Amino acid sequence: MSEVVLETKDLSMEFPDGTQALKNVTLTIKKGELVSIIGPSGAGKSTFMRSLNMLNKPTEGQIVFEGENVLKARGKQLRQIRRRIGMVFQHFNLIKRSPTYQNVLHGRLGYLPSLKGGLGRFSEEDTRQALEILRRVGLEDQAFKRADELSGGQQQRVGIAQAIAQTPSLLLADEPIASLDPSSSENVMTYLKNVCQEDGLTSIVNLHQVDFAKKFAHRIIGIKAGEVVFDGSPKELTEGITNYLYYSK
Amino acid sequence: MRPYIDKKNKMTKQIYVGLFIIFFIFSLLQVGILDERIFQAFSRVENLLKGMVPPTISEPIDVAGAAVESLQVAVMGTLWGVVFSIVLAMFAAKNVSPHISISYAVKAFAAFVRAVPALIWALLFIVAIGLGPTPGILALAVNSIGMLMKVYAEAIEEIDTGIIDALKATGASQFQVVMQGIIPSIMSIFISWSIFRFDINIRYAAVLGVVGAGGIGWELVRASRVMAYDEVLGITLVIFGMILLAELVTRFLKDRADMATLKAME
Ligand SMILES: Nc1ncnc2c1ncn2[C@@H]1O[C@H](COP(=O)(O)OP(=O)(O)O)[C@@H](O)[C@H]1O
Ligand SMILES: [Mg+2]
Repeated sequence: MSEVVLETKDLSMEFPDGTQALKNVTLTIKKGELVSIIGPSGAGKSTFMRSLNMLNKPTEGQIVFEGENVLKARGKQLRQIRRRIGMVFQHFNLIKRSPTYQNVLHGRLGYLPSLKGGLGRFSEEDTRQALEILRRVGLEDQAFKRADELSGGQQQRVGIAQAIAQTPSLLLADEPIASLDPSSSENVMTYLKNVCQEDGLTSIVNLHQVDFAKKFAHRIIGIKAGEVVFDGSPKELTEGITNYLYYSK
Repeated sequence: MRPYIDKKNKMTKQIYVGLFIIFFIFSLLQVGILDERIFQAFSRVENLLKGMVPPTISEPIDVAGAAVESLQVAVMGTLWGVVFSIVLAMFAAKNVSPHISISYAVKAFAAFVRAVPALIWALLFIVAIGLGPTPGILALAVNSIGMLMKVYAEAIEEIDTGIIDALKATGASQFQVVMQGIIPSIMSIFISWSIFRFDINIRYAAVLGVVGAGGIGWELVRASRVMAYDEVLGITLVIFGMILLAELVTRFLKDRADMATLKAME
């Protein structure tokens, strides 16, 4: 349990318009950890998560993922890092017009040669795996429907399935339940936790809701105005700290 | 300050109106509202109309061949136009272009191409490579690019950036993002505009022959030069039939495409 999967050192990010979204974020994430990042909106949770797979580029600091320097990676090396990091988004971000199983197969793109993947020539084995993963998230009946025919909760489970199809060692989820109703939220978080535990995945989940974070995670990190202000177990997260995190100036 | 600006605006307006009136009067003096030759033309028109009926086609095989050639010019011109437009659109759309300056450059190129009429492209290509259908195809392709690239690029810019992020996050290459994410997302817009453009190109293809860029237009010019007006009408009817047929086909295709979209949206 003590092998380090991800390390950030003094990670800072300033957007071109001058917004300082991250300030010296230094964190170590160990293998198998389920981590929740909480904090008010605008705190920098998304910016931090998107830095980890270079969807946005931090201006300073270092990210080491499984021994590789992420910020130095380009082209093929970056693709190979990204394919080992699954990502689930608030708005699902599926290809609406493509069938569900195809969306899951997109998780394999990083493993295919550019041309083959571009033309959608996935192997039979990949397709079988995709259907199997859909079964794991309870969507075997929806495999051939168009993605936008599914409900929000179902679409998010497709999002999880796509990330799992990458056979990642790290799973990121950026507010995966922020656009779902309470019962779908419950359901999606359960599936998310289950797949992480079954596959022994390390996972970081940005959550706005503290109660979901406490239930999901082994470890909670609180971010406020781009800085880490809390890092501890759910038990250690007292009401005082939450109040400080969300309400104090 | 305010009244001053208002006054200034009013003055510019007055200058524009004044200029327009001067131009209008000048045109009136030079061209006349109605050319008097129109009134003297009745007898000539009568002769023309008499000469037109009954419509004939003296060389049916030639005319049919030319009509088919026009269709081919339209199909090939549209096809090349579509292919180049989609590729260029990937560089023109801000959200997928490798760099914002490339996007501006490609869009400027499209605007220029769009501003030059198809007939002028045809003349340029005839000068460059000689008479025949090839300059016609190139003219239509280039003219299509000006329009299609713009609408494709706009469709791509409308795509939710989250979709592109999600595919990138899987480790997909740029080509894979385009093929698996962008193309499926703009498919219905892509199809309907391409069909619409084919409709336009059919009409152009019929006319392009007039300047010698292949197809049935040339037959029309040939017949009118020898004053075979019955044949002019015959060929005009063939063009009419050709365009009507093309319209039926494109409408059928469009209905099918719309139906597929509707069905998919249920
Ligand atoms: N593309 C951007 N350009 C400029 N500022 C941004 C951009 N994206 C986010 N920000 C700013 O960075 C800060 C952190 O945003 P974000 O990471 O989205 O917060 P969170 O996910 O915690 O709600 C906010 O102040 C936000 O306004
Ligand atoms: Mg966010």
